[in-house]
Amino acid sequence: MKWIAATLLVVLLLLLPSFAGDFYINLASQILIAAIFALSLNLLVGYGGMTSLGHASYLGVAAYISALLTSRHGFGHGPAAVISIAGTTATAAFFGVIALRATGLGFLMITLALSQVLWGLAYRMSNVTNGDNGIAGLTRPMPFGISLDSAASFYWFALAVASFAYLMMAIFVSSSFGSSLKGVRDQPRRMAALGFNPWMIRWITFIYAGFWGGISGLLYVYYNKYIHPTSLSTTSSAEALLGVIAGGSGTLGGPVVGAALVLLLKNYASAYIERWNMLLGLVFLFIVLAMPTGILPGLSRLATGLRRGPR
Amino acid sequence: MQFWIIQGLNSLSLGGLLFLLSSGFSLIFGLMRLANLTHGAFFMLGTYFGAIALRSYDGLNIWVTALGAGIAVAAIGGLFERLVLTRLKTNPLGQVLVTLGMSFIISDACLLLWGGDSIPVPTPRNLQSPTRVAGFVFPTYRLVLVGCAIGAAIMLYFLLERTRLGAMIRAGVDDGQMARAVGIPVSNLFTVVFCLGAGIAGAGGVLGGPILSAYPGLDADMLPLALIVVILGGIGSLLGAFIGSFIIGFIYTFGTALFPELAYIILFLPMIFVIAFRPQGLFGRVGA
Repeated sequence: MKWIAATLLVVLLLLLPSFAGDFYINLASQILIAAIFALSLNLLVGYGGMTSLGHASYLGVAAYISALLTSRHGFGHGPAAVISIAGTTATAAFFGVIALRATGLGFLMITLALSQVLWGLAYRMSNVTNGDNGIAGLTRPMPFGISLDSAASFYWFALAVASFAYLMMAIFVSSSFGSSLKGVRDQPRRMAALGFNPWMIRWITFIYAGFWGGISGLLYVYYNKYIHPTSLSTTSSAEALLGVIAGGSGTLGGPVVGAALVLLLKNYASAYIERWNMLLGLVFLFIVLAMPTGILPGLSRLATGLRRGPR
Repeated sequence: MQFWIIQGLNSLSLGGLLFLLSSGFSLIFGLMRLANLTHGAFFMLGTYFGAIALRSYDGLNIWVTALGAGIAVAAIGGLFERLVLTRLKTNPLGQVLVTLGMSFIISDACLLLWGGDSIPVPTPRNLQSPTRVAGFVFPTYRLVLVGCAIGAAIMLYFLLERTRLGAMIRAGVDDGQMARAVGIPVSNLFTVVFCLGAGIAGAGGVLGGPILSAYPGLDADMLPLALIVVILGGIGSLLGAFIGSFIIGFIYTFGTALFPELAYIILFLPMIFVIAFRPQGLFGRVGA
């Protein structure tokens, strides 16, 4: 039963461009990008117990480095992608050293402050980043000579990257390292007593999450062909965090569902009202007050309840 | 020379504003273990209230306006605390997320109500003429602002150290469970401290208006400064907030004046040093 559903889903995802219009294909690409981003944040929030409010930093840094290298310095997309991912991973390693001096709310405040620093930099350092105007006129890469300019080809590209990312993160959390990460989340002192190094486990996770955040940033800038400081803002971090928590943190499917919901809400709501930030705030209040464990865990609890029959 | 003196005074006045903002943040964090991310929005709300009141009623006293806006913002903060935050007592992460959501709501409401253009706040007329001391010219309002912040610091100090309420708050900060056990109504204290913090931030917003003017995004500019002050000075410490505010005031003002593009990087250097060598902050008693 489970396998049939999974196969159906894969076929549906693969064949989506054959029956959906360009608008929906593009929407699906955006969901895939947001899903990678939310999954990477979920490694920290759900599996590591480290609630970061600055995850947009890694998306933004990767996008900005790639945009600057390709548009200003004449780099090809291949080297630019390698350099931007390396740069993002290094940023994550550096920020991790600072932020992991604290845990809990201190960690959250430091990640928020650090990401605000980057946001301010993107905004104010206008001779490099072009400030509030953003960097426009970017191009999409051509892997193996295939143009990604059509909606369908970009969708397949994003789907391939997203599937790989999902697989890699699934392996990460189900590996023995993933188990030690969950151990550190729940019982850091006992883990330390068992000879594990909680700090190192958290730091490696932080870097790994930053790496995948960077990958989603690359896709993001390829998709939009434009980058603006708002991608580094708290709103951007908060949207991802909302996706993770709404979907269900600490599950693999939850963040994907949550990210899709946030993105759909954003797209459909902004067609009718301009007040996306207010709506985002209200949804935050609603989710936290009404379903603190998220949609997917809530639904699966409901499903097991139904299968067992009425009590 | 004039440059250094003027920038020095600007630093002091920004430091004063930051103290008004971060003292409340620090108190709320210390007592409630809650990173109140709405704090920047409370400050901005105060600035907008002040801007609207001072522009529509000519000759309105800025001190009265600050008091009124402070009370209004305190009331909003109190409602938020009672209606939402108390429901999430066992869920600290949820509390932070809710304050973040609330800050989005407030900042978007300000944008909706008062538009996207920045609204300048007039300097009070009797404080407009510059003060001359020893051949140097000082903007009077900024001098007064520094005085205000110091006054507020002294009042807060007396409130915390010399009154019964202050003693209860300190007991709550040091050991909430024990304070409850000896009969201190800690959850009422939460509301009082939240209102107090929000009120100081709102009043500070009005007083900062003539310097900063009311604009969308003021909250996002002020909140990280408050976070850095509190991380630097130590969570829950009034002295830490005071010293930290002036340090950040100086670094930010001189950073923006001398290296405008790198001001944000310079701002975050002292934070890195403190976190590296003294994670609890300069004057912090409790770890974050």
